[in-house]
Amino acid sequence: MTQRPDSTQSPDYGAFPDARGHFGQFGGRFVSETLMAALDELETMYRRLKDDPQFQADFDHDLAHYVGRPSPLYLAERWTGQLGGARIWLKREDLNHTGAHKVNNTIGQALLARHMGKKRVIAETGAGQHGVASATVAARLGLECHVFMGEEDIRRQRLNVYRMKLLGAEVIPVTSGSRTLKDAMNEAMRDWVTNVDDTFYIIGTVAGPHPYPMLVRDFQSVIGREAREQSLKQAGKLPDALVACVGGGSNAIGLFHPFLNDESVAMYGVEAAGDGVATGRHAAPLSDGRPGVLHGNRTYLMEDDNGQIIETHSVSAGLDYPGVGPEHAWLKDLGRVSYVAADDQEALAAFRELTRVEGIMPALESAHALAYARKLAPTMGKDQDIIVNLSGRGDKDILTVAEIDGINF
Amino acid sequence: MSRIETTFAQLKQDRRKALIPYITAGDPGLEITVPLMHAMVKAGADVIELGVPFSDPMADGPVIQKACERALAAGTGLRDVLAMVREFRRGDDATPVVLMGYLNPVECMGYERFAETCLEVGVDGVLLVDLPPEECDEIAPLFKERGVDLIFLVAPTTTDARIARIAKAASGYLYYVSVKGVTGSASLNVEEVAARVETIRNLAQLPIGVGFGIKDAQSAQAVSRVADGVVVGSALVNQVAEHADDPMAISRAVSGILADMRAAMDKH
Repeated sequence: MTQRPDSTQSPDYGAFPDARGHFGQFGGRFVSETLMAALDELETMYRRLKDDPQFQADFDHDLAHYVGRPSPLYLAERWTGQLGGARIWLKREDLNHTGAHKVNNTIGQALLARHMGKKRVIAETGAGQHGVASATVAARLGLECHVFMGEEDIRRQRLNVYRMKLLGAEVIPVTSGSRTLKDAMNEAMRDWVTNVDDTFYIIGTVAGPHPYPMLVRDFQSVIGREAREQSLKQAGKLPDALVACVGGGSNAIGLFHPFLNDESVAMYGVEAAGDGVATGRHAAPLSDGRPGVLHGNRTYLMEDDNGQIIETHSVSAGLDYPGVGPEHAWLKDLGRVSYVAADDQEALAAFRELTRVEGIMPALESAHALAYARKLAPTMGKDQDIIVNLSGRGDKDILTVAEIDGINF
Repeated sequence: MSRIETTFAQLKQDRRKALIPYITAGDPGLEITVPLMHAMVKAGADVIELGVPFSDPMADGPVIQKACERALAAGTGLRDVLAMVREFRRGDDATPVVLMGYLNPVECMGYERFAETCLEVGVDGVLLVDLPPEECDEIAPLFKERGVDLIFLVAPTTTDARIARIAKAASGYLYYVSVKGVTGSASLNVEEVAARVETIRNLAQLPIGVGFGIKDAQSAQAVSRVADGVVVGSALVNQVAEHADDPMAISRAVSGILADMRAAMDKH
């Protein structure tokens, strides 16, 4: 295993992953042989296009005119006042087309698919946001789209399932294993291995085999680039802290990455503690997991003593995943980002509070970040600034929250 | 010479091809596996691929996924699989055993400890589906030092340059995956396989086993004409599933398929 980098000296975070897709001991490309050629092809294409001015111009154009970027950096004044500490700014990814940050990445990957001449795209989804974002770009480009979704998540996220169908995608229920996001990802990999010639796999998070963690991060980094510029302009300085929820970790890495070399900016990744980290019923591998290999990369995982992946628990389908992007695993070991956890109850409380105090209904995923910001703000000075990534809107979660309230529609 | 080398050398001398059955260890229960291994050897198996169950078998189709689920439900872990090989060796010191599975259970046990235990219990080769040669620089020497073969897959999508690279990292034999897809999926095309095997032969010195899509005596015979070994998995595991509550019936059904394959392959 690769040595841990010297913690007394910060690495140039922008220089990672290395040429073989490693972030220290994490990342890499652990897949069966049939997919190696496809990943090589994708990497070659991406490395060529990422510095191509025309590709970047196309990407920026779509983000501006189709997604509606830049998303605002909103000062939550009333909530800040109630908490009585640092100013809280919300990076409004919930205002993007399709209602979450996921579309930043699917726009980018769809452009890649088009350059590679692929006629069919597949995706895995948990909460359904990435599935919707994939179905959306597929509709726009006239691509066939199949979305794999665990049976349990289909039940929890019926509205998004119907949205995908309206967009022309086929939603394929996954009945193996725990019937959630990890199993959907297994099934998408199996489909890809079978249809590798004509199919592009749009992975929704910063996990999976190299080059996915790198390219998804690059596409999502628009969040942090905008936030950095907006903070300098609106607050007149860099923020003191960033807070984002972490399932696979794409919204978090998107916000964090452009700030990693800014040493004064503290960062907090908030995992889903489910019933509580101490109960074992959670989805927080960085808080309570071990390094291992799953879904093509080495990262922190939730596993038993035999190396079998264990079931996760979270009220939020989008965070219900036993692994995490390898760059987060690396940033944890380096100590650059602090990884903490918020449980179901804390997330639900934050969901209700932001809705009532600011008139913004957050996704249950984003509510985990809000739950931590709520604790953090009062410990900081009133002249300090926190940016919370409001990664998605909460409309999709209304049925889940209503069910908890005992209301049936 | 290792058991794998000896086996392939002997087969070559006899002008026969290797019959390589795969079963998932501990499916449907732990106690059935070792007797089934002996039965398979009796029915004509030359090498046994023993599957280590994993919770997330990404490269496997529904048949082997369910086998993994049954084995895990019965409580089968990597340590149990290694213990099965130790027990098998008490009655059979000649037939090579290759463990086939995914990386994480091995990583969890620790590579050095795993390699050492392989040597100790009599495992001859290890095939980790999600460990390509690019990622094995630090792991491979641990097996090499102990004479445990690392077996790698070659796929229809593998470029010539990669075949050469894989051949350099591999020992024992190469496993050619005959179709793009998961285990137990589509039927293979014998002419395509023949052409690919020819290409691999020009780039690698190792014996070549072919698997994925071999379902019956006829396909086993066809593949045996072009390759050095024939791997059969899902067709056997299907029988395990069908007779899950009757160990004797499993043994009869699996032995029956293998005996038919053996006879067809040995026909000149």
